[in-house]
Amino acid sequence: MGFKHLINSKKTLSLLAAFVLLGTNQLMAQAAPAAADTAAADKSAMWTGVAYYVLLFLVASFCVAILGKILRVFDLTQKMQGKKGINWSSVMGVCCAIFLVVGMYGAYWSLTVQGSMSLPEAASAHGGAIDNMFTTTTILTLIVFVVTQILLFGFAFVYRGSDKRKAYFLPHNNTIEKIWTIVPAVVLTILVVFGFFTWQKVENSTEQKGDLNIDVTGHQFAWELRYPGADGKLGPLNFRLTTPANKLGVDFKDRSSFDDLSADTLVLPVHQSVRLNIHAQDVIHSVYMPHFRLQQNAVPGLPTFFKFVPTITTAEMKRKTDNPNFEYLLYCNKICGGAHYNMQKVVRVVSQAEYQEWISKQKPYLSDQLKKELHLADARPAGQVKAASNRLALNN
Amino acid sequence: MSTLAVHDHGVVHHEEGHEHHHKATFLNTYVFSQDHKMIAKQFLVTGIIMAFIAMTLSLLFRIQLAYPDKSFPILETLLGHFAPGGRISPDFYMSLVTIHGTIMVFFVLTAGLSGTFANLLIPLQIGARDMASPFVNMLSYWLFLVASIIMLSSFMVEKGPASGGWTIYPPLSALPKAMPGSGMGMTLWLISMTLFIASQLMGGINYISTVLNMRTKGMDLWKMPLTVWALFLTAVLGVLSFPVLVAGVVLLIFDRSFGTSFYLSDIVLAGQVQPYEGGSPILFQHLFWFLGHPEVYIVIMPAMGLSSEVLSVNSRKPIFGYHAMVYSLIGISVLSFIVWGHHMFVTGMNPFLGGVFMITTLIIAVPSAVKTFNWLATLWRGNIRFTPAMLFAIGMVSFFISGGLTGIFLGNAALDINLHDTYFVIAHFHLVMGSAAIFGMLAGVYHWFPKMFRRMMDERLGYLHFWLTFIGAYLVFFPMHFMGLDGVPRRYYAFTEFESMKRWLTVNVFITWAAIMAGIAQLAFAFNFVHSIFWGKKTVQNPWNANTLEWTAPIEHVHGNWIGEIPTVYRWPYDYSKPGHDEDFIPQNVPFSQTMSSNLPHDFEDNPGGLEEYTKWTSTQKANEAVK
Repeated sequence: MGFKHLINSKKTLSLLAAFVLLGTNQLMAQAAPAAADTAAADKSAMWTGVAYYVLLFLVASFCVAILGKILRVFDLTQKMQGKKGINWSSVMGVCCAIFLVVGMYGAYWSLTVQGSMSLPEAASAHGGAIDNMFTTTTILTLIVFVVTQILLFGFAFVYRGSDKRKAYFLPHNNTIEKIWTIVPAVVLTILVVFGFFTWQKVENSTEQKGDLNIDVTGHQFAWELRYPGADGKLGPLNFRLTTPANKLGVDFKDRSSFDDLSADTLVLPVHQSVRLNIHAQDVIHSVYMPHFRLQQNAVPGLPTFFKFVPTITTAEMKRKTDNPNFEYLLYCNKICGGAHYNMQKVVRVVSQAEYQEWISKQKPYLSDQLKKELHLADARPAGQVKAASNRLALNN
Repeated sequence: MSTLAVHDHGVVHHEEGHEHHHKATFLNTYVFSQDHKMIAKQFLVTGIIMAFIAMTLSLLFRIQLAYPDKSFPILETLLGHFAPGGRISPDFYMSLVTIHGTIMVFFVLTAGLSGTFANLLIPLQIGARDMASPFVNMLSYWLFLVASIIMLSSFMVEKGPASGGWTIYPPLSALPKAMPGSGMGMTLWLISMTLFIASQLMGGINYISTVLNMRTKGMDLWKMPLTVWALFLTAVLGVLSFPVLVAGVVLLIFDRSFGTSFYLSDIVLAGQVQPYEGGSPILFQHLFWFLGHPEVYIVIMPAMGLSSEVLSVNSRKPIFGYHAMVYSLIGISVLSFIVWGHHMFVTGMNPFLGGVFMITTLIIAVPSAVKTFNWLATLWRGNIRFTPAMLFAIGMVSFFISGGLTGIFLGNAALDINLHDTYFVIAHFHLVMGSAAIFGMLAGVYHWFPKMFRRMMDERLGYLHFWLTFIGAYLVFFPMHFMGLDGVPRRYYAFTEFESMKRWLTVNVFITWAAIMAGIAQLAFAFNFVHSIFWGKKTVQNPWNANTLEWTAPIEHVHGNWIGEIPTVYRWPYDYSKPGHDEDFIPQNVPFSQTMSSNLPHDFEDNPGGLEEYTKWTSTQKANEAVK
């Protein structure tokens, strides 16, 4: 009855005609962008695309509505004949079973295809421990995920409603309750202990002799790098001393500041302990180097650090990933403003020899302009100042 | 005037209905109503409207993520200078993300969910005429509405709404010049949230005092439905944690406007040295997350309670392990206050403290696991009736499992180093407290719609709504885990700037279309909801054959809920399919003396007289059987 009314409805027919007309137009319009020049096609393509897919969805919805009406007619016919109508509980139970099978396959597909797009092996010494922890947690959680989802949708299918059956009255069972309280508690204890020691190992590393200290300072929207000179020490910072020439506010009352170097790329020697001293000047940023399993917030007024040992050079990683364009990157991972999404820095891990060669070519932080600003005695051009022989003195 | 009576258990309640209340006008019935049922509907409708707005915002930024290099002229028409040339600007992208998160977490999943169902169910399920303070209850809705309007009005200001993320970490939020959204938009955000919190406190205090003081005769704590337990504990969490955020917000306003430095130190903004010293942005994070983590449970616990009820009713089985379920809720509530530091593992907080927070965070998985297994046991050997509400409750459990398990990764400090603030986090919380909580809420809407509007929703549209939303949500959030594992950060306007992230563009397109599909499915719900309010099939008093007290109230709403005396409660709310009983449900107000054939000895645990009567009845029955 309902279906008859639907197909006889003038409104429905008009709507269908409109859809068909619009659909034809949209489908024909697909050819147009191809013929037009590339720039124009790029702009209009989205419109054609969106409208096309919206139309497809509407057509699909219309088909679903027709299917719904047909089911309704079938349901009513059955009832008129004294038979039972559609048992929606059964239909939904079967849908649950189908979802379980298709969903599990989808999860497997996602795990294998998209999962293979995850990061390559960790390029830092501590990263291996994190990866092991991750693998253990993944195995345990995947088992629980698969078992519980099978039980959930399996029960939904197996125990779908029937008039002939009464549900089983089971208000509680203390033994079962104890089991599924104790088992998760034990598993989580293992993860806690494993995780606690891994965390302590990664984080509880203080500065030691021989560490390469590098300052990484974030500001909207770039990273500034400062390397120590021949003395191996970085001069102290004082935000009040910040000027256009002294962008980091290095305090030159301390002689260890004189030979500090600035760099554009974060170059790290392989197998050398590196301590990143992390600062922010304006808002919170975050030093994120996922290949090294490294992340630490850069907080104004609260210097932080992260110590690690890079283990795979960029060249080796290019070979391992079979990607000649591979570069390690340092991202900003804390919302910091409009250009937050492009606050990146290339990180290059090189051999010790390559590193020594590279560092010898870096510019001193103490530029000529800064010397003038500070009224320093020796104001030779920056290129002539040797990092290894700082003999500068403060005039003031 | 109604009369009051004090029962022997000390609970005060009204003996007669409120038929003689003030004259019902349009204004005091639909607008300034003090009736908890009407306030529930007001919260629900406002929450649904806010949800649609938040969803639209999310679709806008999803389109940006899928097509970062394309131009959509209509966006410029709609959004003006926020989308120059038909492309959303990076700053406005941040605003979209921020307001989407804020609205969903606070205005939909906190106020929309708790506000609706605490108002509707607490008085009706415990047998009270109304809330302890109906006037304060009304004020709580109006403050919520004003807060919502202020939050939305921030789209009208020149530089756009707040754009520092829903967590509004300073200094970004404390320095008005830090970014466009740190200006007037942020001020409006703070004002809106202050009013919102005031609203939540008014509501929360009302819910707590109502549950503690206004239960009907026989309704002791162990006879309360799990919905009431969950809503009660949610209110406790809110009352204890929201004031801390208010304190944080007030200090933030001071930093923004009065030159204080609670959260600021060593700032150089755009090359200019700022006069702030001695503060710490981390202090704000401690204050924020002291609310922020209980907030996760403020969002999910009502969904747990609603789903427990729906699962039990539609499985026609008692909820398995009722006491364990209550203890789990209590355990989660207590633990939720000592886990906030896991949001701050990489802030530079003392690593030892990080270790402590890791332990407490992972412990909270134990009561969560107990709840999950109990839901599964409730379905086992049930006689499952697939109403749309039941499907949404099952969906809630599925999402809770999927999202909860990934929480184990993020709660582990060592793993969080690499996963923090990536798409893995987005996937996790959108499954566990976004989708699961929304599904719990929708289960509640479908199940209690007849109670609210005296009509039924269309089931087939409900089925369509469920499957499209359920599949859509998984298609949206499941792949995001892998983006996170590849180190793709959240809140990035465009991934095309990074060579390594370009390969995720296809996945982003897929996710966006799945989101659009799930979004369109909500239109089916909106149509069903509005259509059913006016033209839905009329309901009977107890359409689901449920046991709880709300279904004993008349279909026609009366201010005071019951005409005449409030029903007395004799039993727990989960006597479904009890052996020996003809029907598969026994409402809470049915005395044991009327169901002798289905009584069990433990039914009389607090009533030795009843047990004696039951023993006599049993022996008589046995004697009769022997004669036969």
